[in-house]
Amino acid sequence: MQTAIVGEKPQSDANTMVLPHRPEEVAVWCRQLGFRYREAEVFDNVSFHVHKGEFVALTGKNGAGKSTLLKLIVGLLEPTRGTVLVFGAPPRKRTETIGYVPQHLGFDASFPIRVEEVVGMGRLFGLAPIARREKEKEIEWALQQAEVLDLRDRPFAALSGGQRRRVLIARALVGHPKLLVLDEPTANMDIESERKFNQVMARIKGTTTVLIATHDSDFVSALADTVLCVGQNREEPHQVHRHALEPASDAPEELYGGKMVRVRHDIELPDDACCREESK
Amino acid sequence: MNGFFAAVLDPAIPFMRNALAGSLLASVLFGILGALVTVRRIAGLAGAISHTVLGGIGLALFAASRGGPAWLSPMAGAFIFAVGAAIIIGFVSLKAKQREDTVINALWAIGMSLGVVFLAKTPGYADPMSYLFGNILLVTDKDLVLLAGLDVLVILLVLRYYRHIEAASFDEEFAATKGVPVIAVSLVLLVVIAVSIVLLQTFVGIVMVIAMLTLPAGTAGYYARNLASMMVQGVFLSIVFSVSGLALSWSGDLPAGAVIVLIAGAVFLAFSGKRILTERFRKRAQKGAGI
Repeated sequence: MQTAIVGEKPQSDANTMVLPHRPEEVAVWCRQLGFRYREAEVFDNVSFHVHKGEFVALTGKNGAGKSTLLKLIVGLLEPTRGTVLVFGAPPRKRTETIGYVPQHLGFDASFPIRVEEVVGMGRLFGLAPIARREKEKEIEWALQQAEVLDLRDRPFAALSGGQRRRVLIARALVGHPKLLVLDEPTANMDIESERKFNQVMARIKGTTTVLIATHDSDFVSALADTVLCVGQNREEPHQVHRHALEPASDAPEELYGGKMVRVRHDIELPDDACCREESK
Repeated sequence: MNGFFAAVLDPAIPFMRNALAGSLLASVLFGILGALVTVRRIAGLAGAISHTVLGGIGLALFAASRGGPAWLSPMAGAFIFAVGAAIIIGFVSLKAKQREDTVINALWAIGMSLGVVFLAKTPGYADPMSYLFGNILLVTDKDLVLLAGLDVLVILLVLRYYRHIEAASFDEEFAATKGVPVIAVSLVLLVVIAVSIVLLQTFVGIVMVIAMLTLPAGTAGYYARNLASMMVQGVFLSIVFSVSGLALSWSGDLPAGAVIVLIAGAVFLAFSGKRILTERFRKRAQKGAGI
C-alpha cells in the first residue's frame, strides 16, 4: 500500500537508490524522511544511510535539528513522512540494539540514586524482568568501558558534569548496543573530561556503530569515518548532506582533547560514497 | 501515653485498635507512593486529585438526599471524581504539558467548590470539616480490608516493576528508548494514587493526605541512598509519625489527623533546617580553607 503511494511520486536518484547491502547490514537507513514540529519544518525528504561499524559525526548549528534527527533514529519521535530503519526494522522494534546518550538530562538533584543504578537502566527491555547476576557483570563491564568503575557506589547527584556524562555513556553501553547514539556528549565538558571521553570512544570504535552529534561544524574527531551535516546548506536548510573530511593540522590536540579532522562543507559527497569506496 | 496503649488493648474500645491498624496499613501507602510522588514531583497533582474528592462526596450525599441511586455512596462518588481527575490530568500532561499547572489548579478549585455547593444544598447537617480533616477513630473493618488489599497490590506492583518505575521516574526519555511504556507507567501510577487517596482520606482527611504523601518521603529523601530506601524509610517514618500522633491525640484529647501531620511537619522542617545549616557551614569551611 505504502510503496504504491511512494511509487507515484517523482523521485531523485538518492531516494530510489537501492543499497547493495541487506537491510540488516545497514545500521541506520533514513528514506525520504520528513519531520515537522507543528508549524516548523525540520526535515524534508532526507535520505542517508550508515553502515554497520561506521563512526559518524553529525554536525550542524544549534537549532538545525541534530537532536531531532537522533530522536527520530532512536524512536523517540515518529517521522511525519518517510521511514527510519535501524538494522532493517523500525527503531521501536530495535530497542535492545540501540544505546542512547541524551543531550540534556532533565536531572533532579534530589532524586536519590547511585551510579550503579543509573547504569542498570540500560539493561531494561520493555517490561521484562532483569536477571540480577548477569546484570551485575554487565554493569561492571560498562562502568569499566566508560572509566567510571570507581564511582560505582556514589550518588549520581554528587558527580561532576563530565563524570555524569561518562556514567550516561556506561548506561548506553551496558546492553551491548549495536548502535550507539550520542547527542553532544562533550558540550560544556572541561578538556580533561573531553580527553577521557575521546579515549572511551576510541575503544568503542569498530565494535559498535556510533552516531555522535557535535556542535562544532568545522572540526570533528579523527575517529569519524563519515560526517553528516544537518541544515548546513542555506538553500536546503531541511536537508542532511554528506561532506568530505581532510586532515587538520591547525586543530591542536591539547585544545580539542583529541585528534581532529576538518569538515569540507564545500565538497558534497553522494549518499552512496561509502558504498563505492567499499566496492573499489 | 500508657492510657493510649491500655486503650488499644482494651477490647471494649475497638475503634482505637482499628485506628492503630489503619495507621499501620496507611503508612505502607504513604511511604511507597509518597516516595514516588516526591521524586516525580507530582505533589500538586496529588493535591488536586484529593481535593476533587470533596466534589464526589458532596455529589453522592446530595444525590442520596434526593433519592439518587443506592450505589452512589460517598466512597463511590469520591472514587469516580478522583480517578476522573487523575485521568484528565494524566492526558493533559501528555498532550499539553504547558497547560498542566493550570489544569491541576482548576480541578483543585472546581472539585472543592462543587463539594461545598452540593453539601450546602444537602438537607440535614453535612459537615465538610470531617471530610477535609478526616477522623481516624471512625475507621471501619471494611476500610481496613480495602486498605490491606491496596497495600498488597502496591507492594506487588513495586516489587515486580521497581526498575521500570525507577527508570521512568528518573529519565522518562531514556526509559522510552528501552521500550518501557512510560505513558502507561505514569497513568497507572496516577490511578493507583487516586484510589489510595480515596481510601486514605478516611484516616487523615482530604487536606492532610497530601501532607502524609509528601512529608515522610521528603524527610527520608534527605538521607536515602536510592528510591527503594526512600520508600522503606518513608514507611518507617509514617508509622512513627502516625502511632506517636495517635498516642498524643489520645492523651491530649486532640484531633488525631492534625496531630499526626504536625509531628510529620515538625520532623521534616527539622531535617530541612539541619540540611541548610550543614550546607552553610560546609561552604563557610571551604571558604575559610580557601583563604
